[in-house]
Amino acid sequence: MTNMTAVITQEDQALFVRTKRKQRYKQFIKGILFLLPSIALFSVFLFYPLLRTIYLSFFLTDASGATTVFVGWDNFVTLFQSTIFQQSIKSTFLFVLYTVPLTIVISLFLAIIANEKLKGIGFFRTIFSSTMGISVAAASVFWLYLFHPTIGFLNIIMDTFGLEKVGWLTDPSWALIAVAVTTIWMNIGFTFLILLGGLQSIDKYLYESADVDGAGYFYKLRRITIPMLSPTLFFVVTVTIINAFQTFGQVDILTQGGPQNATNLMVYSIYREAFTNYQFGSASAQAIILFIIILLMTIIQFKLGERKVHYQ
Amino acid sequence: MRIPFGRKIVTYLLLIAAAFLVFTPTMMAVVMSFMTNQDIMTGSLPSAFSLDNYRRAFEQFPLLHYVINSFLVSIAIMIGQLILASLAAYAFVFLEFKGRDFLFYLFIATMMVPFEASIIPNFHTIRDLGWIDQYTGLTIPFFAMAFGTFLLRQNFKQIPKELREASQIAGMGDVKFYLKVVLPVAKTSLITLGVYGFLTSWNMYLWPLLATTNDNVRTVQIGLRQLQSQEQMNDWGVIMAGAVIVIIPTLILLFLGQKKLQRGLTEGALK
Repeated sequence: MTNMTAVITQEDQALFVRTKRKQRYKQFIKGILFLLPSIALFSVFLFYPLLRTIYLSFFLTDASGATTVFVGWDNFVTLFQSTIFQQSIKSTFLFVLYTVPLTIVISLFLAIIANEKLKGIGFFRTIFSSTMGISVAAASVFWLYLFHPTIGFLNIIMDTFGLEKVGWLTDPSWALIAVAVTTIWMNIGFTFLILLGGLQSIDKYLYESADVDGAGYFYKLRRITIPMLSPTLFFVVTVTIINAFQTFGQVDILTQGGPQNATNLMVYSIYREAFTNYQFGSASAQAIILFIIILLMTIIQFKLGERKVHYQ
Repeated sequence: MRIPFGRKIVTYLLLIAAAFLVFTPTMMAVVMSFMTNQDIMTGSLPSAFSLDNYRRAFEQFPLLHYVINSFLVSIAIMIGQLILASLAAYAFVFLEFKGRDFLFYLFIATMMVPFEASIIPNFHTIRDLGWIDQYTGLTIPFFAMAFGTFLLRQNFKQIPKELREASQIAGMGDVKFYLKVVLPVAKTSLITLGVYGFLTSWNMYLWPLLATTNDNVRTVQIGLRQLQSQEQMNDWGVIMAGAVIVIIPTLILLFLGQKKLQRGLTEGALK
C-alpha cells in the first residue's frame, strides 16, 4: 500500500514538473510576444544606434557615413582642444543655468496663484498652460518677431522708455539670453501644469490644521506647500535640465548657432557637424559626450534628490 | 475656509498681470496674422482687419499639404504608441515569465538615452531602408515608448488580479482579456496618452527636419521654418498666419484635455 502511493507520487511528480515546465515555457513565449514590437523597435532605433554612435566616435567617416580610418580617442582629444567645442559646452551650461531656475520659479509662482479657489480660475489655468501647446517652430517665430531689431516689440518698448535698442539676436552678449527667454516661455506651460497637479494633491487637512493654529500665508507656503511639493519639484527640475541640454529648434530658427557661436548649443553643434560638415565621427563623439553629461546629471539628481525630497 | 477679501484682490491682480505677460506673444501673433503688412512695418495699431495673410500663406506655400502630412504622421505615431505601450504594459502586469524584471529595467534604461545620442545612426538606417521622404521614416522610429508603457502599467495594476483569475476560469485567453477587459477599463489613460502622443508628434522638429528633403511628406513645423526663411523677415503677416495654423490643432486639444492631461502626466511622473 505504502509502496503504491510512492510510485504514483513519483509518476505524478514527473508529469507535474513536465507540465509546469511546458506551461512556464508557454508563458515566456507569450510574454515575449506581447513585448516583441517594443523590443524590436527599441533594438533598431535605440540600442543599436547608441552602440553604433560609440563605434563611430572612434573613426573618421566619408560623407555617406561609412567608416574610413580608425583614430582611437583622437576625435575626443581634438574636440576638447577645439575652442569652438569648448565654447559650445560653456554656452550649453550657461544656457541650463539661465533657463532651469527661472522656469521653475516662474512656473511655481503661477501654479501657486492659480491654485486658489476663485471664480474664473479655470480661464487663468488654461492661459498659463497654453505655451505647452505651442511648438518650437511657432514659439521661435513669435520671438523672432519680438526680438526684431527695428519693428520688434521689445525694441519698440526700449525706444519708448528712451533706452538704447538692443541687437537681441545679433549681439553675442545678448543672443544666448534671448534664446533662453524664448525657452523659458515655452517651458512654462508644461512645468506649470505638472506643479499645479502636485499642489492639488496636497492633503487639505494639513492646511486646515495650520489654520487652526493661526499660521500665516507665507508660513504655510514655506512649511507645508514647498516640502509637500518636493517630489514634484524634483521631477520637474530633472526634466527641465534634460530638456535644456537637448535644445535645438529655438537655436535653428532664431540664431543658427551665431553670433560668433554664442548660441551654438551642443545638439545644434552635433547637427551642424554631422549634417552640414559630414564629420560623422566627430559628431558622434559629441553625441557621446552629451549622452554622458545627461546620464551624470540624472544620476546626481537622483542621488541628491533622494536625500532632500520629502515623500509622503 | 473663506479667502479674505484683500488677498482675493491681490491674487486676481497677480493672475491678470501674469496671464497678460504669458499670453502676449501668442496674442500678438494672432493679431498680426490679421493685419496688413503696412500696419506691421510701421508699428501702428491694426487699422484694418484682413484675411489676406491666410490666403497668401495657403496660395504661395503648400501649407494645406503640410497640415495634412502633420495630421497623418501624428495620428500614426499616436496609434502606434498606444498599441505598443499597452501590449508591453499588459505583459509587465498580467504575465509572469522569466526575464520579465530584466526587460522592465531595460525599458527604464531607454529613458536615459536622449534621442540626439542615436540620431546619426538612425538617419543612416532610415536612408538605407529608403525611408527618407516616406511616412514610415517619420513615424515608425517613435512607436516604442517607455514613458507610455509606465503610465499604462500604473493604470493596469489597479485592475484587480481576481478579475484575471475569474476570466481564466471562464476560459478567456490573454488576448481576449487584453482586448475585452483591460483596454476598456483603461480608456481614460489611453486617451491621456493619446493626446500626449499627438501633441509631441505634432510639435516634433529635429527628426522631420532630417527625414524630409522635399514637400512630399514634410510636416507643418518644417514648413513653417521654410516659410520663415524664404520670406526673409519681410512678410510678417504671412509668417504669423502660418504659425497660427500650426498651433491651432494643439491648442484646441490642450484646452479640451487640459485637466486629464495634467492628472495623467502627474500620475505617470510620480508613481
